[in-house]
Amino acid sequence: MIDGITAFLRQLGARFTNAIWRLGMASRFLVLTLMYSGTSFRRFHLVIKEVFNAGVLSLIIILVSGLFVGMVLGLQGYETLQTYGSEEALGVLVALSLVRELGPVVAALLFASRAGSAITAEIGLMKATEQLSALEMMALNPIARVIAPRFWGAVISMPMLAAMFSAMGVFGGYLVGVVLLGVDEGAFWSQMQAAVDFRDDIVNGIIKSAVFGVAITLIALFEGYDAPPTAEGVSRATTRTVVTSSLAVLALDFVLTSFMFRGVG
Amino acid sequence: MSDNLVQIRDLSFTYGDRMVLQGINLNARRGQVIAIMGNSGCGKTTLMRLIGGQVRPTAGQILVDGISVGELDMHGLYDLRRRMGMLFQFGALFTDMTVYDNVAFQLREHTDLPEAMIKDLVLMKLQAVGLRGAQVLMPSELSGGMARRVALARAVALDPMLMMYDEPFAGLDPISLGVIGNLIRRLTDTLGMTSLVVTHDIQESLKIVDYVYFISEGVIEAEGTPAEIKASGLPYVHQFVHGEMDGPVPFHYPSPAYPSDLGLTQ
Repeated sequence: MIDGITAFLRQLGARFTNAIWRLGMASRFLVLTLMYSGTSFRRFHLVIKEVFNAGVLSLIIILVSGLFVGMVLGLQGYETLQTYGSEEALGVLVALSLVRELGPVVAALLFASRAGSAITAEIGLMKATEQLSALEMMALNPIARVIAPRFWGAVISMPMLAAMFSAMGVFGGYLVGVVLLGVDEGAFWSQMQAAVDFRDDIVNGIIKSAVFGVAITLIALFEGYDAPPTAEGVSRATTRTVVTSSLAVLALDFVLTSFMFRGVG
Repeated sequence: MSDNLVQIRDLSFTYGDRMVLQGINLNARRGQVIAIMGNSGCGKTTLMRLIGGQVRPTAGQILVDGISVGELDMHGLYDLRRRMGMLFQFGALFTDMTVYDNVAFQLREHTDLPEAMIKDLVLMKLQAVGLRGAQVLMPSELSGGMARRVALARAVALDPMLMMYDEPFAGLDPISLGVIGNLIRRLTDTLGMTSLVVTHDIQESLKIVDYVYFISEGVIEAEGTPAEIKASGLPYVHQFVHGEMDGPVPFHYPSPAYPSDLGLTQ
């Protein structure tokens, strides 16, 4: 009995210290990535290539999801607002929901599963097939040549994807609200324009998506770089990237929202 | 300038509590092909990683062209590595680049040569390994032997003074095996390099090397020219050269007596 409890506590302690150790390693990894970012900016085409891989290749899923989320918001919002006779406020509801919350958060969750998993798998396989060791033996730092361009490529892509998600969402809300359900078009757009503040809503949304971008990309790159060089190791690392970065996005969203929108609106 | 490009003195390396290499003394003369042989897990790949500075020795010294590898900082190490090439076991080609771009990679990263000159150099290296016609292919379109040859062309792109080969013969068909063996010898002679070949393929390597070191359980068990190795009476070398099933390297993993495991004894 005592042995069982001791073993359980020991295992719990080991997991806890392991988590702290990995957090420290990830922080060190981030510092190294920032330190060796010079190459990425001197040779910006390396970053552009990663903007294509992480950003452009995620466009379809982001745009289609944005459209549907906006259409659903339009439907649900219309139902509720109609009860109070204020369906003209539909534009405000759709735009604020998207720009403040759904745009950054849902785009980030999609980005984690589409681009984050791809980054982890790619880096993990590069490690397993000794491509990273080959770089080292060619006198090239893998962090400078492989990790940093991917980091900046993904971090740059994320706010743009979130903005496009929100824009498609607003269009989806317009399609359902104005074209399908007959909300007044002038009221839809003018109320939206009056209620959405550039500084408090749009800039804060962009800040959120940039922070999510850093978190997701760091987790994805670190998991890939730290993955055991086996098929099982890479597959586990990829799963961990999606789970950890999704949870990190939701947790960070709560923290950022509590700072940003105190007393706003 | 010493005759030996690589000199290893009393080298030891431990990984955690495990002694991987112990008291290694090894010389690689300039212009020679040296084989480092031993069964899997004997520490020979670790020795190569130590020479390349990817890991540092626990004790002893590794001199490459008179420079002590273990004492170099990052910049010093990278300067030295520009004069080294390494062929990895399965090639380690960059899978998102064509054959041409893989071979051009180091030239583009480390030199300011114009693209026209890089093209000439890449085609010369690919011609040397017989794959000039495969320059537009992606690594996924190559066979194992072809990938190894492209990786060889990439590794010698900057004309290194020292080439290291990690199991260059592993998993190849007999024709590719002969091709890679010949290329190692030919490139070493024509480019004036020194080559270190880590392998367990005794028959192929004895045809092309000048000197052999045998490592067993982290220590050098035997050394000599191919003729001396073939004639060696040492039990370990004899078992290795003739591929005998049992000997100093036992067939059975340590275990209790067979009858007692089967429950046949009281």
